[in-house]
Amino acid sequence: MEPHALRKPQIAHRLVAMDKPTPNRWKRFTDWDERPLRLDKFAAEDWKNGFSAFSSPADPKPGIELAGGKVASLDGVLAHDFDMIDRFIATYHLDPAIAPEAMAMDSAEVARLLVDMHVPRETLVRLAHGMTPAKLADVVSRLNALEIAFAYSKMRARKTPGNQAHVTNAKDDPLQLAADAATAVALGFDEVETTMRVARNAWSNAVACAVGAAVGRWGTLFQCSSEEAEELLIGMAGFTSYAETVSVYGTEKTFIDGDDTPWSKAFLAAAYASRGIKMRCTSGAGSELLMGFHESKSLLYLEARCLCLQRGMGVQGTQNGGIDGAPLTATMPGGVRELMAENLLAVWLDLECASGNDARSTESEIRVGAKIMPYLIAGSDLICSGFGSILKYDNSFNPSLLNGEELEDYLVLQRDFEADGGLTPLSEGKALDVRNRAVDALAAVYAELGLATATADMKASVVVASGSDETRSFMPRDVSLISEEIKRRSITVIDVIKALAKTGFAQEAENLLNVVKLRVSGDYLQTSAMVRDGKVLSAVNDPNDYQGPGSGYRLSAERRRDIMGIRDVLDQKEVLRSEALHEKDEAANITYKNLGEARPGTGTTDIVIGISPAFGLKLFQTTAGHKLSDILKTMTEAIAARGLTPRVVRFRHTADTSFLGLSAARLAGSGIGIGLQAKGTAVIHQKDRLPHHNLELFSNAPITKLEHYRTMAANAAAYALGEMPEPIVVPTRGEAMGSRYHARVAMIYAIETEMTAEGQSPIETEITFKGRRP
Amino acid sequence: MTYSKADYPLAEKHAARIKGTRGKPLSDLTLDAVLKGVVTIEDLRITPKALNDQADVSRSAGRPRLAENFERAAELVDVPQDLIMQAYELLRPGRAKSRDDLLAMAKTLRDTYKATRIAAFIEEAANVYEQRGLFSKRY
Repeated sequence: MEPHALRKPQIAHRLVAMDKPTPNRWKRFTDWDERPLRLDKFAAEDWKNGFSAFSSPADPKPGIELAGGKVASLDGVLAHDFDMIDRFIATYHLDPAIAPEAMAMDSAEVARLLVDMHVPRETLVRLAHGMTPAKLADVVSRLNALEIAFAYSKMRARKTPGNQAHVTNAKDDPLQLAADAATAVALGFDEVETTMRVARNAWSNAVACAVGAAVGRWGTLFQCSSEEAEELLIGMAGFTSYAETVSVYGTEKTFIDGDDTPWSKAFLAAAYASRGIKMRCTSGAGSELLMGFHESKSLLYLEARCLCLQRGMGVQGTQNGGIDGAPLTATMPGGVRELMAENLLAVWLDLECASGNDARSTESEIRVGAKIMPYLIAGSDLICSGFGSILKYDNSFNPSLLNGEELEDYLVLQRDFEADGGLTPLSEGKALDVRNRAVDALAAVYAELGLATATADMKASVVVASGSDETRSFMPRDVSLISEEIKRRSITVIDVIKALAKTGFAQEAENLLNVVKLRVSGDYLQTSAMVRDGKVLSAVNDPNDYQGPGSGYRLSAERRRDIMGIRDVLDQKEVLRSEALHEKDEAANITYKNLGEARPGTGTTDIVIGISPAFGLKLFQTTAGHKLSDILKTMTEAIAARGLTPRVVRFRHTADTSFLGLSAARLAGSGIGIGLQAKGTAVIHQKDRLPHHNLELFSNAPITKLEHYRTMAANAAAYALGEMPEPIVVPTRGEAMGSRYHARVAMIYAIETEMTAEGQSPIETEITFKGRRP
Repeated sequence: MTYSKADYPLAEKHAARIKGTRGKPLSDLTLDAVLKGVVTIEDLRITPKALNDQADVSRSAGRPRLAENFERAAELVDVPQDLIMQAYELLRPGRAKSRDDLLAMAKTLRDTYKATRIAAFIEEAANVYEQRGLFSKRY
C-alpha cells in the first residue's frame, strides 16, 4: 500500500465524499474508550494542592526532642506551637522511654524489620510506641506493594481473619433488612453494619437487623451508623453491639470542621466503653483533602497523625484505608498502594484494622479484583468495612468495593487462592431457610409489640427478592412511623427478646440475648475482638504469631472444606450422570455394529471417520451439546454427496484427535481420514503427514456447529478428490473456552483414555440411523 | 485480684466472678429469667469493675492506652446518659464559651461521680482549647 503522505489529494477527497472519513487515530483507543475503566478519572500529582499519596515537600522531617520526660518538639514543631493533634500525640501516643531509641533507628532498617519474619510482631509494636507520625510514614513509604502486604499479614493483631457486611436497602424496609442480615450471618460475616436513607428510621433499622442477625447462629456483632447521640442511645437500648463512625482527621482545621476535637472523640470512646459497646475510630486518606484543609501534606503523613491519635485515645481499633476518601485516593499515582500502607500503619500501631475496601473506588472490575487481592491473601481483622452484601443500588452507604452482585466472585477468589476471606458459600436451600425465618421472626416481633402488620405477600416478596426493586413491602414513610414508635415507647432489646420467645422464636431470642450478654464481661471490648462459635476471639487470646511458613493463620481442614464448597462443582460422577441421561435418547437414534477388525480400504473412494473409544458407548454428546448421531449423520451424508464412501472405524489404541485422524487416513483408500472425539474435537488428516500436521482442525468443540461438521466432511471429500477447498474456520470471539469447558473436557477425556489399550485393533463399525425418519 | 491476659476471656475463665450491674452472676442471666422479668436491661450493663478488669488484661497484653480508656470508661458507667451527652457536647468546638464551662463540668463529674480521670481529661482539654482559640462561636 502507498504511504499515506504520497496519496494524491483528489483520491482522499473522493474517499471523504463516498465514505465517512477514516479518523487519524488507532481504533484501539476507541475500543478502550468504551471500557468501564475510562469512566474512572485520574488526577495528576500536585502536592501543593494536596494530591500526593506518599510524600510531599510540605511533610515534616521525622524528629523528636525530649526535655524532662516530656516531648519538647515533634516532627519539627516546638511544643509551644503544637496544634491539638500534635499535643494529643505528644501526650498520649509517644512513649518517652522508647522514643529516643526508636527515632534514632534508620528508617530503611526498620522497614526491613517489618518484612523480616524472624523479627516478632511485638518488637515492632514496641518501637511504634516511640515513633512520630513522620517517622512511621517514612518507614512504610520504603516498602513496595508486595512488602506492604507481607508486612500487613505479619503485623495484623488477631490471627484469624474476618469480614464485615453492609446491610441496608433503598426503602429502609425492615423485613428486607432482617432477611439480608440473616443472609449475611449465614455467609459468615462477623459484623453487620446498617444505615438509613431517612435518618429517623434508625430505630427500625436497628431492631430489624438485630433480629435478622440472631437467625442461624449467635455472635455476629451489629452496628447502626447514625448521628452520634442517637447511635449511643440505640446502643444503650441493647440493639447494637459496636460502633465505628467516630471519625478523626489529620489536620486541626478538618477536625474542627468535622465538629470535634481529639478530646471530644476520646471522651466519646470512653462513653461507648462505659456502655459496654465495642468501638473503633474511622480515618483514611483523602478526608482532609475532601474537606479542604490538607496543609499540602501527603495523604500518608496525615493518616499517620490520625492513627497515632487513635492509639493515644485508647480505642481498640480503626476503620481506615481511605473509606470515603478511597475513590479520591485511587485517582492519584500510588494511591492504592498508599491505602495499603495506611492499613499497615494501623496494625503496626497495634490497632484492630477494619481495612476499608468498602467504597467502589473504580468502575473497572479488574481494578476491583486487584484492590482486594492483597487483603484476601494477607488476611485482615475485617477485610472489608464492609462488604456490600446487598445489591449496589440498595447500599445506603454508597456501593462498596464488592457487592451482592460480585459476592460469588469473591467466594471463588477464596477458593482459588485457598485464602480465608471470612466468608462461607451459601446453598440456595439455606438462603431461603434463613430468609424465611428472619422475615417471620421480625413480623412476629412487630405483631407482638403492636408495631405493624406484615402480610404474607409482603413477606413472600422479600424472601425471594434480590433487591428492594422486587419487594412489595414497607415503604420509608411506614418505616418512619414504626421507628418513631419504637423510640417513643422506649422499646429495648429485652422487649424484643421476650417477643421472639413468646412467638415461637426461642432460639433467636437466646441468640440475641447472648450478644447483649457480651457487654457484661466486656471481653469483646479488647483489641480485634469478634465472636466465633460462641466464643470471643481477640488479639489477646488469638494473637497473630506469624513467623514464617507454617506459622500464623492457616486454613484448617474443616475451614478449607467450607471455602471449597461453592455451588455447581463438577466431578466425574456428575459428568457420567449427565451422559447417562443422553444414553437412552441416543439408543433411539443410532446403533453401532461391530464388524470386526478394520482393514485398509482397497479402492480410492473411501474416507474413514475414526471415532474415539467411548464414542456412542459411554459418551453421547459433544461439548456443544450436539448428539453424536447427528454429527455422524451430517458427516457421512456430506461425504456421500460427493460420491465417496464414508466408513466409520472405532479406534481403541488412542483417543487423541490427531492420532485418530492419522490412523483413519492410513486405513482410508483415499488416504484421507477424519478423527472425531466424542467431545466433538475433529481433524482432517492425510496418511503421509506427520501426526500433528493435519489438514484442518476444529479445536474449539464447544462453539462448533453442525454446519461446521458438514463442511469439514465436504472438505475431506474435496481433498480426497484432489481439490483444494477453503479450510473451514470456526469463528471465535475470544471466549475463555478453557474456563468454561476444560474441567468437563478433562473428565470426559479421562473416560476415553480409560478405554484405550496399547495394541488394540481398530473396529470396522456399521452405523444405522433410526427413529427419526420423515 | 489483678487479671492478666492468661485470664482472658474472663467470661469463660472466671464466669462465676462476672456480675451484672445488680449483682447477678453471668449464669443467672438466662432467657428464662428474662421471660420471668427477673432479668432486665439493668442487669445487662457493664460494671466499673468489669472495665477495670479488662484494663488489667489490656495492660498485661501490652496495651496501656487501651487500659486507660477502659479506666476512664469505668468512671462514666454511673454517669447518666444526659450528662454524658452534655459533657460530650461541651467538648465539641465552640460549644463551651470559655474555659470555665469545661472546668465546671469537670468539677461536677469529679464531685458527684468520683470521675477523677475524666475530670482531669476535661481540664486538660480546657487548657488546650484556650491555647488554640476554640471557644469562638461556631453557629
